Amino acid sequence: MRSFKLVFHPERCKGCELCRNACPKDVIGMAKEVNLKGYHPACAVNESACIGCASCATMCPDGAIEIYLKEEGDQ
Amino acid sequence: MKPIFEYTKGMTEMSTHYCPGCTHGIAHRIIMEVLDEMGELGNTIGVAPIGCSVMAHQYMNVDMCEAAHGRAPAVASGIRRVHPDKTVFTYQGDGDLASIGTAEIVHAAVRGEKFTAFFINNGIYGMTGGQMAPTTLIGQRSTTSQDGRSKELNGMPIKMSEMLASIDGAVYVERVALDSPAHVRQAKKAVRKAFEIQKKGLGFTLIEFLSTCPTNWGMTPVKALEWVRNNVMAYYPIGVIKEPKEAEEA
Repeated sequence: MRSFKLVFHPERCKGCELCRNACPKDVIGMAKEVNLKGYHPACAVNESACIGCASCATMCPDGAIEIYLKEEGDQ
Repeated sequence: MKPIFEYTKGMTEMSTHYCPGCTHGIAHRIIMEVLDEMGELGNTIGVAPIGCSVMAHQYMNVDMCEAAHGRAPAVASGIRRVHPDKTVFTYQGDGDLASIGTAEIVHAAVRGEKFTAFFINNGIYGMTGGQMAPTTLIGQRSTTSQDGRSKELNGMPIKMSEMLASIDGAVYVERVALDSPAHVRQAKKAVRKAFEIQKKGLGFTLIEFLSTCPTNWGMTPVKALEWVRNNVMAYYPIGVIKEPKEAEEA
């Protein structure tokens, strides 16, 4: 089973929730804490369900999400 | 770890000033991703407009210059003629391209200038606070059409892409939307095709992006995308409006 690592850049995020809306597997949620801009940034709430479709990153207007495929030996 | 999606080198590290959920960020990114994939980042000159995207030159990691309001096609014409080996594009909103700059874009197309125009159509004047644009839909509220745009008073929204496609010098015109991951990927393909046609020197190319303005539409970013899907795309159908025969053969 392939698994993926989602890397968020919370200081770039403006909390628009377009990524959460685009995710077909409900992997993404919004953090309780706020970033320096005052927004609740996106974060992974269920990373193991990620299928690596990159819909979230495709819809992100602020480049706040990057996705990597985990290979053998990765944490 | 193997990257599936990384932020493109074509965008600077700077955080954009756009409102949360504004699709300018998506349009910027896919244009820069295409230039990055084509290896054209060091060979491209862009022209930024007046409007919300007036600061686009700060975010796009290519050489750019700023034009007076609506005059980006005139500036891009000059740049492309002096530098025929460069990839040249303009990035303009609907206030810039469809309102004050109508003459410039029409005559750039008439002359068949070999640059690509990216037209961001969100149906409202974003930067100045949400006034009615030529592209505002019938019934859509704005600060200058508080009961909704009326056909009798304001006329029908202008269909720039159809209008420009009727000009011989315009060889490739496509309308795309940024409302879903599938449409964003389709938009990226259109951007690539436009740059490839420009490289072949066939003529003027234009891509219209159906975009959102959550702040001035008074909607959440997610609702604004739904509104594009249900209302804007009904009046402005997406798809290829004109394409060259040469490109079909190649």
